[in-house]
Amino acid sequence: MTNRRKRKALGLLFEALCVLAASIAIVVLALILYYVFRRGIGVVGFVFLTSLPAPVGVAGGGIGNALIGSLLMVGLGALIAVPVCIAAAVFLDQNPASKLSAFVRFATRVLSGVPSMVIGLFVFGQLVLRTGNYSALAGGIALSIVMAPVITLSAEEMLRLVPSSQREASMALGASKQQTVFRLVLPGAAGGLIVGVMLAVALAAGQTAPVLLTALTSRFWLESLQQPTASLPVLIYHYATSPFADWQAHAWGAALVLVTAILVLNVTAQLSLGLSNRRR
Amino acid sequence: MAQGVNIENFSFWYGQSQVVKNISLSAPVRQVTALIGPSGCGKTTLLRSINRLHELHPGTRAAGRIAIGEEDIFSAAVDPVDLRRRVGMIFQKPSPFPHLSVFENVAAGLRLHGLAQGKEIAERVEACLRKAALWEEVKDDLGRKGALLSGGQQQRLCIARALAVEPEVFLMDEPCASLDPVGIMRIEELIRELKHDYTVIIVTHNMHQASRISDQTAFVLNGELVEVGRTKEFFLAPTDPRTEAYLTWKIG
Repeated sequence: MTNRRKRKALGLLFEALCVLAASIAIVVLALILYYVFRRGIGVVGFVFLTSLPAPVGVAGGGIGNALIGSLLMVGLGALIAVPVCIAAAVFLDQNPASKLSAFVRFATRVLSGVPSMVIGLFVFGQLVLRTGNYSALAGGIALSIVMAPVITLSAEEMLRLVPSSQREASMALGASKQQTVFRLVLPGAAGGLIVGVMLAVALAAGQTAPVLLTALTSRFWLESLQQPTASLPVLIYHYATSPFADWQAHAWGAALVLVTAILVLNVTAQLSLGLSNRRR
Repeated sequence: MAQGVNIENFSFWYGQSQVVKNISLSAPVRQVTALIGPSGCGKTTLLRSINRLHELHPGTRAAGRIAIGEEDIFSAAVDPVDLRRRVGMIFQKPSPFPHLSVFENVAAGLRLHGLAQGKEIAERVEACLRKAALWEEVKDDLGRKGALLSGGQQQRLCIARALAVEPEVFLMDEPCASLDPVGIMRIEELIRELKHDYTVIIVTHNMHQASRISDQTAFVLNGELVEVGRTKEFFLAPTDPRTEAYLTWKIG
């Protein structure tokens, strides 16, 4: 009897610890959101979102060029990473036991652990130094490397959710392997694949080091992919570390915009994943 | 055009273990042949060899001959992908394509093989759904996802999907295993209809089902064919003592 009571008490204790740990994670997120919202909300407005940065002491100004720069570089990164990574995931799904698959999985996991600063340095050395200028193109390429492991690993998981019974049904109907991939596996997993891409985009949007080392920043509107380009994380970094109060306020505003965008992406991804799971 | 199936001295291995041992069996055209036997006896493997679906798994090996009509399915001239179009298969677990509607599930094979265009597709889909005795239940909402139908309806949808590509042979791997009695009854009625136009080979664990729907029954045990005969005689007067033991629940 006492033994049972002891077990019950221990069970309660561990449950309480788990709840505590989970709450700490939530509290930290809530605090960050609260501070960013409180400090940033007064700054954000139409002019803020659509104007070029103003010099110190000049009223107004905004983050328009950084917003466009971020959108462009993240979009460029996704444009490069998505086809390559989905194709890689299809290979992993079709050849789960091959040696190359094991190596690709290993390499992908290692890549996902490489600090983004190192990825930035790699593109800096290979592209920026060679071409002689910082550019949106280099930024996009760096972000595509950041996204690659997230997209590949999540896409493989999602493809594997398509049951073998359906694949066999497709083959038994006279579909070739390729037809089965394009007509059944990819469309069947489409929802999950999109969620993986959204999460990768959200991750890339907040990366500072890779874009700082490859696209640098700019005070002007974007004119070509070959020139230095502003982005939200780099702008926040510069403004927040500056000694000027109005720049610091703009850093909060930019942080609010960025955090909101990332939060919206994540929540949408989670919701749509939940929906698609329920349909299964 | 329906074709009979002739299996001669057929063996099959997974790696080192031989799961089908030198089986010879012929499934006459436009008749139902039932394969019975305990789980793991090799009857499903035999069935899945007839459309060469088992080749897809690494480490398998086959020996012997299987002919559909006069044609050896293992000959170099036969493309396994084309063979599978000519051999319809229904699985134990109903497997409609979940991202496709009822209509598109049936149309899938037509589109895949370019068998019909435009308006013809809709006509063929309707004909196949009618043949599979599903039309009346789904005609008002053909756009509904196939996966939202009941288990029995899904299985009939799979039959309609297989019918659409006009196979010569129907393979059924325990098609009623996951269905309720009403669903089972419907599928059995359907099989009796199908045999007027097709050769059917069905794996079943249910001996009553075998006796109800088949013309010929074959008993497989440990990879060997123990006995095959006309269904009536097979169940009334089995010649092999192992068959009799199985039929009276003494083994398996």
